[in-house]
Amino acid sequence: MISLLTNLFDGVAYGMLLFVLACGLAVTLGLMNFVNLAHGAFAMAGGYVCAVLVNQSGWPFFAGLPLAFVSSALIGVVLERLLYRHLYSRSHLDQVLFSVGLAFMSVAAVDYIMGSSRIFIKLPAALEGQMDFFGVGIGRYRLMIIVICGLLTVALQLVLARTRFGSRLRAAVDDPRAAIGLGINVPQVFAFTFAFGCGLAGLGGALSAEILGLDPYFPLKFMIYFLIVVTVGGSSSITGPFLASLLLGIADVAGKYYVPKLGPFVIYTLMIVILIWRPNGLFGRTAAR
Amino acid sequence: MSAQADVGYHARQHGRWHPGEIVFWALALACAFLFPSRFLIMTDIVRLALFALSLDLILGYAGIVSLGHAAFFGVGAYSAGLLALHGLITEPVLALIAAGLVAMVLGFLTSFLVIRGADLTRLMVTLGISLLLEALAERFSNITGGTDGLQGIEMAPILGRFAFDMFGKVGFFYSLAVLFLLFLLARRIVHSPFGLSLRAIRNNPLRAAAIGVPVNRRLIAVYTLAAFYAGVAGALFTQTTALASLDVFSFERSADLMLVLVIGGTGYLYGGLVGAVVFRMLQEFFSNLTPQYWQFWIGLVLVVIVLIGRQRLHRWVLWAPNLVIALFAGRKAVVVIPEGDVP
Repeated sequence: MISLLTNLFDGVAYGMLLFVLACGLAVTLGLMNFVNLAHGAFAMAGGYVCAVLVNQSGWPFFAGLPLAFVSSALIGVVLERLLYRHLYSRSHLDQVLFSVGLAFMSVAAVDYIMGSSRIFIKLPAALEGQMDFFGVGIGRYRLMIIVICGLLTVALQLVLARTRFGSRLRAAVDDPRAAIGLGINVPQVFAFTFAFGCGLAGLGGALSAEILGLDPYFPLKFMIYFLIVVTVGGSSSITGPFLASLLLGIADVAGKYYVPKLGPFVIYTLMIVILIWRPNGLFGRTAAR
Repeated sequence: MSAQADVGYHARQHGRWHPGEIVFWALALACAFLFPSRFLIMTDIVRLALFALSLDLILGYAGIVSLGHAAFFGVGAYSAGLLALHGLITEPVLALIAAGLVAMVLGFLTSFLVIRGADLTRLMVTLGISLLLEALAERFSNITGGTDGLQGIEMAPILGRFAFDMFGKVGFFYSLAVLFLLFLLARRIVHSPFGLSLRAIRNNPLRAAAIGVPVNRRLIAVYTLAAFYAGVAGALFTQTTALASLDVFSFERSADLMLVLVIGGTGYLYGGLVGAVVFRMLQEFFSNLTPQYWQFWIGLVLVVIVLIGRQRLHRWVLWAPNLVIALFAGRKAVVVIPEGDVP
């Protein structure tokens, strides 16, 4: 019973982390209809920036996290303006080829600069170890992840639903032509959203170094997880991907704990079954475009 | 001339052997005598060409984007390896066909999953299937040998007469013969009414259905056929290298395959063959340049190709040869890559 709760807790933390990593992709893939297989590369960039700042320059961990966000967002906005925006109207095949190419380049480049071994980020002492909560072991680091990611999710939902920018984004996605006609600067909205999504991925990358492991193959290894979150979650709201990541996180942790021999088998089967059953994802529709 | 006869006339015109094609195959055969010390890499190219031909059938002709074509390659490779290892079918040609059939069965079964949904779902399902098979192969390591792969595969002589030699000469001719035969079959198929209906589906499934093409049945048929081709390519891999390991299922293999086809161009069958040659040469060049980081340059090539645009690139490459051809054989003989609207 106790181990069940601990596993559930770990699964929730894992799922929250996946959500922060993948929600940028939910926007580009689900809303803007752009197949970006290089999304993990932005996460990796954030993770490595944070690692270099904390381990080598001696920055405190909590100062490294925002920097991870900012640097990934910057890389994102530069790439979006230079490369990605030319491909929005191209075929899915072109988008796949382009982003796989980018992912390959990022893998080799990071391997070249940082070496191919897994890296760790030095954590402050306050985040290490477990604490006991009514007999359930709770990792401090995982608790922090849940808090940060939970706050982010609420903030995202509020921004999308309540602010002027949120309604502009929704308008731009629903019907870009009508949105332009109403005076909304659609390319700008897309660029900003893309950069923000990349920034979140970078933050997620920095947070995930401890749990998922950070090495140059990160973009390819976790690509499928991000894609699962988005395709299973659908994209009509932020809740779909959120629930999908929680489901995936809990299922993965439970699968690894209770049936370690089956490995990732459970998740792939689950994904294929869900996609066959509901091609548009568990929760809702895909973009109308 | 009635419309139907007109269509038939043009289809037959397209189905004729172009002189360039004969030159192409003569050159392929000549390579065996021009580079007698390079049999291993040439066999590798032939294998890759067959694999790319398989993807071309579904991508170039039916417009199905697949990120997991390595699944069938891997199944073919392991089938051929297991058949040889346990002495079930020792004769390579029969084993090749058997391995192809195993992949074909898998292709038929999974085709029902693939025809559902649009591009994105297809990408995910094909990718998921290949990852699933990789996980399965790792899980059942008592059968597949796990991460070590199948070891100690001994190949019997082909047709009981030609034994595989260590320089790969027999392997090369064997692979080239298989490629040529399967190419002939593919060529016959894509120029048949069946092939024409596939192109109609690729260009507009809705309209194709409206003129009475059974869209789903055609897609299932071509997907199954492509799985057979990929399975044979995988079996060739095992037979000529006496090796089958987990990386036959890897995502990189599927992604590289895409690049091969994109370099060569889709939808005219030769794309995969030309692409395989160019890709392997690029890979050789880059890994000589930076042994560990050739993936970076491969990625760069992909990005540049997409940014320039595939059609434009092919026009540039063909510009000089076409000038020469137009000079000697007249304007009608120039080579044009019929790049359709691939989704």
